Amino acid sequence: MGRGRDEDQRVRRRYAVTGVVQGVGFRPFVYATATALALTGQVSNTATGVTIEVEGTPDALDTFARRLRTEPPPLAVVETVTESTMDPVGGTGFTIEESGPAGRSRTLASPDVATCADCRAELRDPENRRHRHPFITCVNCGPRLTIITALPYDRETTTMAGFPMCDACRQEYEDPADRRFHAQPIACPDCGPRIELVTGDPGRHAWPPVHGETALRTARELLAQGRIVAVKGLGGYHLACDARDPHAVAELRRRKRRGGKPFAVMVADLATARRVAVLTADEEHLLAGAQRPIVLAPKREALADEVAPGNPDLGVMLPYTPLHELLFGLDGDPPMTDALVLTSGNVAGEPIVTDDADALRRLAGLADAWLRHDRPIHVPCDDSVTRTVAGAPLPVRRSRGYAPLPVALPFDVPPSLAAGADLKNACAVAEGRYAWLSPHVGDMDDRRTVDALTSVANQIEDLTGVRPARLVADAHPDYRSTRWALERAAGRPVHRVQHHHAHIAAVMGEHGIGAGEQVIGVAFDGTGYGTDGAVWGGEVLLCGYKAAERFAHLGYVPLAGGDASVLRPYRMALAHLRHAGIDWADDVPAVAACPQAERDVLAHQLDTAFGSVPTSSMGRLFDAVASLVGVKHEVDYEAEAAIVLEGLARSHGPVGRAYPIGVHDTDGPLVADPAELVRAVVADVRAGAPAAEVAAVFHATVAALVADLAGRARDRTGLRTVALGGGVFQNAVLLDAADRLLSDRGFTVLRPSLLPPNDGGIALGQLLIAAAS
Amino acid sequence: MGHGGGGAMSAELVEQLFLPAFGAAGAADLGDSAVVEAGGARLAFSTDSYVVKPMFFPGGSIGDLAVNGTVNDLAMSGATPLFLSTAFILQEGTELAVLGRIAQAMGLAAAAAGVKLVTGDTKVVDSASGDGVFVNTAGIGLVAPGVEIGPRRARPGDVVLVSGDIGAHGIAVMSGREGLTFGTSVLSDTAPLAGLVAAMLRTGGDVRVLRDPTRGGVAASLNEIARASQVGVSLVERDLPVPDAVRDACSLLGLDPLQVANEGKLVAVVDPASADPVLAAMRAHPFGAGARVIGACVAEHPGTVVARTALGGNRVISLPIGEQLPRIC
Ligand SMILES: [Fe+3]
Ligand SMILES: [Mg+2]
Ligand SMILES: [Zn+2]
Ligand SMILES: [Zn+2]
Repeated sequence: MGRGRDEDQRVRRRYAVTGVVQGVGFRPFVYATATALALTGQVSNTATGVTIEVEGTPDALDTFARRLRTEPPPLAVVETVTESTMDPVGGTGFTIEESGPAGRSRTLASPDVATCADCRAELRDPENRRHRHPFITCVNCGPRLTIITALPYDRETTTMAGFPMCDACRQEYEDPADRRFHAQPIACPDCGPRIELVTGDPGRHAWPPVHGETALRTARELLAQGRIVAVKGLGGYHLACDARDPHAVAELRRRKRRGGKPFAVMVADLATARRVAVLTADEEHLLAGAQRPIVLAPKREALADEVAPGNPDLGVMLPYTPLHELLFGLDGDPPMTDALVLTSGNVAGEPIVTDDADALRRLAGLADAWLRHDRPIHVPCDDSVTRTVAGAPLPVRRSRGYAPLPVALPFDVPPSLAAGADLKNACAVAEGRYAWLSPHVGDMDDRRTVDALTSVANQIEDLTGVRPARLVADAHPDYRSTRWALERAAGRPVHRVQHHHAHIAAVMGEHGIGAGEQVIGVAFDGTGYGTDGAVWGGEVLLCGYKAAERFAHLGYVPLAGGDASVLRPYRMALAHLRHAGIDWADDVPAVAACPQAERDVLAHQLDTAFGSVPTSSMGRLFDAVASLVGVKHEVDYEAEAAIVLEGLARSHGPVGRAYPIGVHDTDGPLVADPAELVRAVVADVRAGAPAAEVAAVFHATVAALVADLAGRARDRTGLRTVALGGGVFQNAVLLDAADRLLSDRGFTVLRPSLLPPNDGGIALGQLLIAAAS
Repeated sequence: MGHGGGGAMSAELVEQLFLPAFGAAGAADLGDSAVVEAGGARLAFSTDSYVVKPMFFPGGSIGDLAVNGTVNDLAMSGATPLFLSTAFILQEGTELAVLGRIAQAMGLAAAAAGVKLVTGDTKVVDSASGDGVFVNTAGIGLVAPGVEIGPRRARPGDVVLVSGDIGAHGIAVMSGREGLTFGTSVLSDTAPLAGLVAAMLRTGGDVRVLRDPTRGGVAASLNEIARASQVGVSLVERDLPVPDAVRDACSLLGLDPLQVANEGKLVAVVDPASADPVLAAMRAHPFGAGARVIGACVAEHPGTVVARTALGGNRVISLPIGEQLPRIC
C-alpha cells in the first residue's frame, strides 16, 4: 500500500453513502478504488448504507469522491453521498470491516442480473477453470432476489447454502481484490450446482437423468428435433422450443392451450435480434442491458407465424444466464437454432413453476424433457417486458432485473403494504421515502396466484424490513387482491383506493410530484370499479394524492354480461351501435359476428339493463372499434383487440383527420359521448375504408380527445401538467400521439417510465394515496 | 341494494346489524334453519319470505317455492318437516284468481312434501308498484336422535356431492321475468328434498353437511361450508352437472352457473367411507337421480373454494356479492 510522501498534506474524510449499496459489490469497489489511489482507511456497511473513511492527498481524495458518484458497480444505486472532514490518523492500508450486528438495518437487495461481459468471456475461455460452467457468476452478475432466503444477504441465507465452496472458490470469495469477493452465488464445476436432463413422461416412465455436457447436448438435440424442453432459469421454469419450427411452435401452443397469446422469443445474439425484429438504438440498448427484459418491437417476417399470430410486435430477449448461452452454443458447438420460444412454464393462469418436483408434475404433458439444476429458486420472478415509445422506455411488466429495486417517493410514507389489483398483480411495501414493488405475481383468478402473492409479500417484507402498519387495496368489492388484503390485515386498517386514482397517483409518484400538488390525470384502461358503482375506464381526473375529482369521462354504455362482453368484443360493438342509434344490420362486420340467439338476448339486456353495468371504459371502446372494422370479434387475452388495432394504425401511418366526439356539459363531470365517433366509424366502414385507415383515424381521435379534455381542465383549473396512466397507454401509437399533442399545447406530460401504465404499477399509487389521506 | 343476493352482503347484515341489535335474545348465526330442544324433542325451525318475480315461471310458481323452500331448509338440518305456517302480503289490486293459483300450488306442494299447512295470515298493503304477492312460510320439523348435520362439520378428505343438474331455477326465473328464451326452454327444478335426505340418512352413512344451494348458488353454499368448517373445497369443473341450456344462457348473460340459484337441489359433504352408499341412495331417489361427486374438502386453502379447470388451473370460486361485476381488463 502506498502512502503520501508528505504527512502534512494528508487529509481524512468520511463519506456516508445511501442507496442500493449492499450486496452489490460496493465495498470491494470502494476497496479497489481506494487502493488504486493509495488511500488508507476503511469501509463498512451500516444500517443506512455504507460508511467510508479515507485518508490521503487532497487530489487523490477528490478523485476518489468523484469515482464514488460516477463509477459505482453496475448493480449499485447511489442515492446520496454525505462528506465530512476528520483529523488524519495515519494507518497502513485500506480494509473492509465486517459489518457488526448493527441496529435495524435496511439492506436494499439487488435484483437478478444478466451474466456480465467478464463472466461471458470466462465462459468461452478454454483456459479458465469456469470454461462452460453453467453457473458462472461474479459480484456484478447472477441471481440475487430469487435465491435470497433471509437477511442479511450472505452465502448462508441464499439457496447456495447447500453448496460448500471449494478452496479455489473460497480464495476468490475472500480476496478483496477479486471480482468474486463476497459474491454469494460463487461456484465452479468442482463445488457448484449441476445440470441434468430428465426425459420421458415422469408420471409413468422416465429415463434416468443425464448430467452435465450430456444433458446440454441432449437438450439441444431435442430442440433441434422440434421437441419442447422445460428449462429451469433464474426465476422459474420456461418452456422452450425452436422458434423457427412452425410445427414445434404450434405444438407448444396446442399443449399450453394458449389461444392466440404471443410467445416471447430468446435469440442467440443482438445480430439475430435485428433479423427478427425492427430495433431502434434505444431498444438495442434495453435488450442488451443488465436487466435483459423482453423487448416488444415490430416483427420482421422471419420466425414461425405461430410465435405471435396476428400481433404486429415480437417480444424478444437475449440470453441472461450462462445456461441460456450454452443452450444456444458457444464457438465449436454443433450448429443450433438462433431463436427459441421461451415462455413461462406454467399452466394457463397459474404462476410460473419454480419447484423441481412441481415442474415434473405440472409440466407433464407440456414438456418432453426437463433441463434443470439443483440450485433452488426461492421465489418466482417472471421475465420483465418493456417497449420504447419515442425513445423512452415504457415498461409493460416490471419483474426480473428490476424488482426489488426501490422507487424513491416524493414524501414520507408510513410502513404500509399495497395489494395491487387483480390482473398483472404486483404488490408493494413502502416506508419513509422508499417503495419496493414486488416482481410480477400474475392474475388473481387462480388460487396458486393468490398463494404466490402471499409468499411474494412475505419475502418483500423480509427483504426490506418494512413492518406494515396498514394495508391498501382496490375499492372493488370483489377483487381477490382486496379480499386477500382484508384477510392479511389481522386487525390493521385496510385503506381502499379507487382504481383510476391509483393509476394516476402511481405516475405522479414516479415523477416525484409533491404531496400537495395536483395534475390533470388521464386514466384510460379496461376495467376499474368507480365510486358510483359503474365500471370506469375512460377517466380524466383532477388528481392529487389525497383526492381525485372526476373532471370528465367517456359516456356510459352498458357492459352486458360483464366478462362476456370483455371476451367478445362484438358485444361491445353492438352496445355502442345501439347507443349511437344505429340498427344492427348485417353489413356491419360486428353484427354479422354475433349469432342471432345472442343478438336477441343482448338486445334485451341493453334495453332493460338486465345483467348490465354502465361502463365508461376506453379499453372497451377499442374493443368495439376493432370489431366494427371487422378485425377482432373475440379475444383470447386482455387487450388483444386493442393490440391488433394499434398494429393496423401503425401500418397505416399518421392521418390528418379525426372522428368527431361530442363533449357534453352535465351537472357532474363532462361527458365525452362516443356516439358520434361510432357513427363516423360505421360510415367509413360502409364506404369501404380500409381497416388500417379507420384504426389510424380512431387513434388520432382518442389522442385528440385527450388533448381536448386536458385543455378544458386547464381552462378551469390552471393546471398545466398531465399524467397519463392505465393499460390503454401501453399503446405506443396512442401514447406517442397524445404526448405530442399535449406537448405542442404547452402541457408538461408525465408518462409511466419506471412502472408499467397497466395494473402492474398500481400498488405504488395505492401506497401514496393511503399515505396522503 | 345487493343485501338480498344471498352472499356476502346478507352475511354482513346478520353480523353487523341483526345480531348486535338482537343482543342477548339473538342466537348463534341466524342460519337458514335452527335446531332447538323443546320438551325432550329436537325440533328444526325455519322461516323464509318469498318475493320472486315473476310469480309464475317455467316449471313452477311462488307457491311451490314457498313450500319447498322452507321444507328444504328444514331438511338441510336432517329434519323430517311436519308443519308449515303461511302468511301472505298482497299488494292492493291482486286478482283473487292469481292468489287462488298460488294457494293451489302450495296445497299440492305440501301434499307432495308430506307437510301440513297449519296456521296462516293475510295482509293487504297499498302499493304504487302493482299487484304482487309476497309469501312467508315458517316450518317445524323433527330431528331424529343421532342426526348431527351442520356447516362446521366438514373435514379434509370429505367428499362433496350434488344431487343433480345445477342452475335451472335461476335461469327459468330469469327467462320468465325477462321474457327471454335461450334456445331451449329451461324449467325450474323446484322440489321438496326431505324424502331424499331421509333416504341418504337411512344408509347410516355420516352425512356431515347439507345445504340447498338457492340464492348465490352452489358457490355460496360451498363458500359458507368452507368458512364455517375452515376447510378448503376443491371442485373439478368438468364434473359439474350443468345442462347445456343453462350453460348457453349463462354464457350469453355473463353468469357463472355455480352462482345461479337452484330450488330442488342439495349439496352434501359426506365422510369418504360413506360416499358410495350415500351416492347410491341418492341416485335411487327421483330427486337425486342425477347425483354425483363434484369435489372434495381439502386441508389446503381453508375457507376457499377452488375449481380445477379444463386447462389445469385452479379458479377461485368466490362468495357471490350482490351482482357479478367484471374484474378482468
Ligand atoms: Fe387498470
Ligand atoms: Mg331459505
Ligand atoms: Zn459476472
Ligand atoms: Zn468451486
